[in-house]
Amino acid sequence: MMNNSEPILAGVFQLTQLLLVVLAAPLLTGWVNQCQAWLQNRSGAGMLQPYRVLHKLFHKDAVIAHNASWLFRITPYIVFGCMWLATAIIPIIAVDLPFSRAADVIALVGVFALARMFIALAAMDIGTAFGTLGARREMLVSFLAEPALLMVLFTASMISHSTQLPRIVEALAHHQFALYPSLAFAALAFVIVLLAENARIPVDNPSTHLELTMIHEAMILEYSARHLALIEWASSLKLFAYISIGIALFLPHGIAEVGNWAGLPFAIVLLLLKLLAAGVGLAVLEVVTAKMRIFRAPEFLGTAFLLAVLGLLIHFLLGT
Amino acid sequence: MLAVIGLWSLDASPQMVVLPLGLPDLPLHLRLDSLSSFFLILLGGASFGVSLFGSGYFRHMESKTLGLLCLEYHLFLISMTLVLLADDAYMFMVAWETMALSSYFLVTTDHHVPDIRKAGFLYLLIAHVGAIAILLGFGVMQGGHGIGAYTFDAMREAHLSPFWASAAFLLALFGFGAKAGALPLHVWLPEAHPAAPSPVSALMSGVMLKTAIYGILRVTFDLLHTQLWWWGVLTLALGLMTAVFGVMFAAVQGDMKRLLAYSSIENIGLLLAGIGLTIIFHVYGKGTLAALSLTATLYHSLNHAMFKSLLFIGTGSILHATGQRNMGRLGGLIHQMPWTSVLMLVGVLAIAGVPPLNGFVSEWLLLQAFLLSPGLPDSYINMLVPVAAAAIALAAALAAYVMVKFYGVIFLGQRREQVLEHAHDAGHWERAGMAWLALACVALGLAPVFVVRHVDYVSHLLISAQLGNAAADWMFLAPVDTERASYSPLYFLLAVSGVMLLTVLLVRHLYHGRLRRGPAWDCGFPAQNARMQDTAEGFGQPIRRIFEPFFKIESEMPTPFDTHPKYHGHSDDRLWFMLYLPISRLTERLSGWASLLQHGRIHLYLTYTFVTLIVLLIFV
Repeated sequence: MMNNSEPILAGVFQLTQLLLVVLAAPLLTGWVNQCQAWLQNRSGAGMLQPYRVLHKLFHKDAVIAHNASWLFRITPYIVFGCMWLATAIIPIIAVDLPFSRAADVIALVGVFALARMFIALAAMDIGTAFGTLGARREMLVSFLAEPALLMVLFTASMISHSTQLPRIVEALAHHQFALYPSLAFAALAFVIVLLAENARIPVDNPSTHLELTMIHEAMILEYSARHLALIEWASSLKLFAYISIGIALFLPHGIAEVGNWAGLPFAIVLLLLKLLAAGVGLAVLEVVTAKMRIFRAPEFLGTAFLLAVLGLLIHFLLGT
Repeated sequence: MLAVIGLWSLDASPQMVVLPLGLPDLPLHLRLDSLSSFFLILLGGASFGVSLFGSGYFRHMESKTLGLLCLEYHLFLISMTLVLLADDAYMFMVAWETMALSSYFLVTTDHHVPDIRKAGFLYLLIAHVGAIAILLGFGVMQGGHGIGAYTFDAMREAHLSPFWASAAFLLALFGFGAKAGALPLHVWLPEAHPAAPSPVSALMSGVMLKTAIYGILRVTFDLLHTQLWWWGVLTLALGLMTAVFGVMFAAVQGDMKRLLAYSSIENIGLLLAGIGLTIIFHVYGKGTLAALSLTATLYHSLNHAMFKSLLFIGTGSILHATGQRNMGRLGGLIHQMPWTSVLMLVGVLAIAGVPPLNGFVSEWLLLQAFLLSPGLPDSYINMLVPVAAAAIALAAALAAYVMVKFYGVIFLGQRREQVLEHAHDAGHWERAGMAWLALACVALGLAPVFVVRHVDYVSHLLISAQLGNAAADWMFLAPVDTERASYSPLYFLLAVSGVMLLTVLLVRHLYHGRLRRGPAWDCGFPAQNARMQDTAEGFGQPIRRIFEPFFKIESEMPTPFDTHPKYHGHSDDRLWFMLYLPISRLTERLSGWASLLQHGRIHLYLTYTFVTLIVLLIFV
């Protein structure tokens, strides 16, 4: 299957994807924010605002608390590295990238878990009331969301008989718009998980610092300057990664194979359209829903978990 | 003095050779096959670290009976070894009982504390109920062939009807389950494990529980010929319930050793689920899949032995430094105990199941086994398996919650008590022990292909199926084939560290690395103090609230007008009240009736004897 030039080519594709994604991720966040601003009749700060914020933060002197330990200082780098690698596993511009062999979907969930554990630990490191509150709530949301995410991924991997994302994408992309009922349930569950894991509105609010409602923001309250910049960038990457997983599972059609130069421009245009649409969808969802109480979150995520298990059961009942 | 054990366990480690040789000794049979040697490696590997630690730890203990303690400690290790080597029921039971008794005396080292005496008694009681069941199980398995048939070889020969085989299996599951802490028989575990000195807790949680897993595997796959599918379903269901139950209770504990004990219950649940899945696959003739789930089970046993021992001895160091087991009085120890905190972080990440450490590998293998289940012919079992996978996922995610709480409350944040300022780091021996176990966690996490290839010998022995070529090459673990799933922790670690280094260099180069220290942000409320952090109970509060029906909660909340507000909250196990107290009441009532017969007068007893004789004569 692989001839001599192909590993090098695959490596080039992999590096291109890595660089493109890391540079483009804040743009997606900017796009979502801009859409929200338009929907709320504001003019908004523009799509490039996240880059300006990052630039500003990197320039500032970092201020950390007196009792911050080494764990607090390395966490931003670990979180950023994990999120960056997560995007390397997902087939975004092309399938069959070499790094995807190192980790399958279960490992992908593991990578997210690793980043989350570190950020929760770092939040507890200073020992302020907000930090521990944020860590506790984040772990609460994640222990409910993670099984649901795994169930969604299992449904997809049952259909494609593989837990490798490239194989899943290939299997699903080649069934021309065949509608799997199980995947419909999984898609609903996935949207809920995406909202919860990325600290979006019904569960958390990314633009609030009100103590009663903060989750993610409470955890990173003590970070400043380059550390904060890396964490913000990692959040953008995480959102990008989740939306890419969604695209890979539910709308994989039109993705290019490695070495298919002719298909590449078309694939990239299609990908851009999908991302833009996903951003609009996310903005609409956030504008029309209200933040829920923290103890409603378990019900909300429990629904996602049940939907995902239901999807898996339907897969068994109907077969493929 | 304890270095001797270290040497001994070093000797035990390299026994990777597969020796299907019998060493017949006239009354006692010993045998070392690949299953035994796998568990011996587990025992040797974990106890080497624990003994290194122990040689530092016991030296500083104020206990007067150090010699006695060492004797019991060695006896405990030897009896565990003999349990693994025994090849007949006598030998097995003698070793098993020695193990139970020596660990009982180790648990009650501080026997002047009433709670510890109580915990020890509960442990002894349940250990013996379990031992009786195991003994009966062996009795069933020897199939009525007379006294000489108590060797394991004779049991392998015996052909039991499905009914008697099921009886033997159920007795074994009950007996070994009591030792392992499977669901209704788990009550002793969170009492006894924390009561013992830390190295002993480490051995009990890390190694002794595995002897029960060994027993179940030995009986089910080696001694019994036939397996039935519902054994698998039963074990799987039991395992899942145990896992979710254990981790849920771990989340609400305030005592660090109790938390770890409950987490052991969770891991035993995962192991039982793996065994159940193996039985199901094996019964339906899916050799490779059975080998996969067996590999996952054995791998997880090994992992759990390493990281749980590491965490338990780590709590020993903390106990040493602070004299405090209650997490609500610790905090900020990362500054006082840098070595312990780094090594414990490895253990915490490993047990939480995040890549690239070892806990993740075995969970990954187990989930892969679940995902391959649609090949089964029985559609009802097919339906059950996704639900089971969901429960595993839930338990794994909750384990991360528990471990963030464990590490965060103990090591991070501000000191909750002033005395913690004088806490000192672990000594050299203690550090060496922890470092050994942490190293094992990392190595098992990074070289899964190597481990899986060796575990294959055990699979071959037990279920005569193998994963075979489990990997595309030495870097990629791919249990079935690379198209299906592959995972490479080494590649992953290199990539993460590469990306991290690159980020650090870029940030420093393009911008700067200036850093200032200042006070933490107080949100406009200057009177912040260490009491405002979450305590262990506070961190567990969401779990208590979500899973409320499972706990028996007593809490006491002050009104806002109290001048001396007092908070009090306690979560208990409902099973204790629903199951154990009725049993103990029933026992008391029965013994009350039995005591009616006893009057201490000789002529009454003579009358009883006489009546019995008459009755016997009538029947015979």
